[in-house]
Amino acid sequence: MKCISKYIFALLVLHISTYTLAQSSSTDEIAKYRELLADGNPAEFWEVRGEELWKKKITPNNVSLEQCDLGKGSGVVKGAYVELPRYFSDVDKVMDLEQRLIQCRTMIQGLTYEQATAVPHGSAGKPSDIEALVAYITAESKGMKMAVSIKHPKEKDAYELGKKFFYYRAGSHDFACATCHSKDDQRIRLQQLSNLVNKTDAQKTYTTWPAYRVSQGEVRTMQHRIIDCTRQQRFPEPRYASDIVTSLIMFMAKNAEGGVYSAPALKR
Amino acid sequence: MADPMRIRAVLVGEKVEAKVLIRHDMETGKRKDSTGALVPPHFIQTLTAKYEDRVVLDTVMGIAVSKDPFISFKFKDGVKGGKLTVTWVDNTGDTRTDTAVIT
Repeated sequence: MKCISKYIFALLVLHISTYTLAQSSSTDEIAKYRELLADGNPAEFWEVRGEELWKKKITPNNVSLEQCDLGKGSGVVKGAYVELPRYFSDVDKVMDLEQRLIQCRTMIQGLTYEQATAVPHGSAGKPSDIEALVAYITAESKGMKMAVSIKHPKEKDAYELGKKFFYYRAGSHDFACATCHSKDDQRIRLQQLSNLVNKTDAQKTYTTWPAYRVSQGEVRTMQHRIIDCTRQQRFPEPRYASDIVTSLIMFMAKNAEGGVYSAPALKR
Repeated sequence: MADPMRIRAVLVGEKVEAKVLIRHDMETGKRKDSTGALVPPHFIQTLTAKYEDRVVLDTVMGIAVSKDPFISFKFKDGVKGGKLTVTWVDNTGDTRTDTAVIT
């Protein structure tokens, strides 16, 4: 009997070690794949189209987004993203990039809210202007360090609300973001899950969104990522560009402080 | 009118390393849209790369190639400043040609 249990134990050990081996080698393979494709990220096409859209004068007001203030002054795109979300005094509100873009497109360019938020997530033959603009603006912060502020009380509020949401358990599966994203080396099948309360991991994750997703053939924004997370958690899906999503982005952006920004990246 | 390609061609040792990124939907003709109707096929059929006047890559592509294809290849006897021209033609007759200078 003793002999048998020893045998089983040995098998178990063997099983566990091959298991972790398979896991780490698949992670390496994914890293290799990313490296091969590093020069070939189709997100570049979104960046080019986004730049054109940023500079294009559109009806009804016949102005371009070059008058849009993303927080660093009118028309300043360089480095704007690493400081977002932030408090905007003109609207007395904390906004992320996508909310601010809607604000600029409605207030400056004169679009209706429906027009400004049409097609937030593109598909084949139905490209999204938002995804293109976001790709362009975020790419202009490449190589810069994340530096989100929570000095203003409203920024602090947004951060705290985001934190609360991160740990908030609900839904049919009693899930919180933290259920999957607050421990090291967690994974779903072979997909590694980032620990968003660990600084290094949070930086690595946050600085590589938005991304061109090979599985979808589109650039996906941070709003899309969060909305999709809530869907996976079996939460009611937030409306596009809602404040709760911005708050969560604020929490994540602050946790990633100091990380070198390198998106739009390429992801599975 | 198709979007321009992104072409990079770098001389490394004796060979030129070329990387071509193409914006194309590469629809297989087998996919259905949200209403259940088939999305018509739309994909690149041939792609040719020429260094000056010499063909260095001649490709027949089909529906198994992904959306926004990325193609990387190497060829000999290229020099810095030389021109690499890439042309694709899809099944609708649409075509696009772009040129890059080797660095």
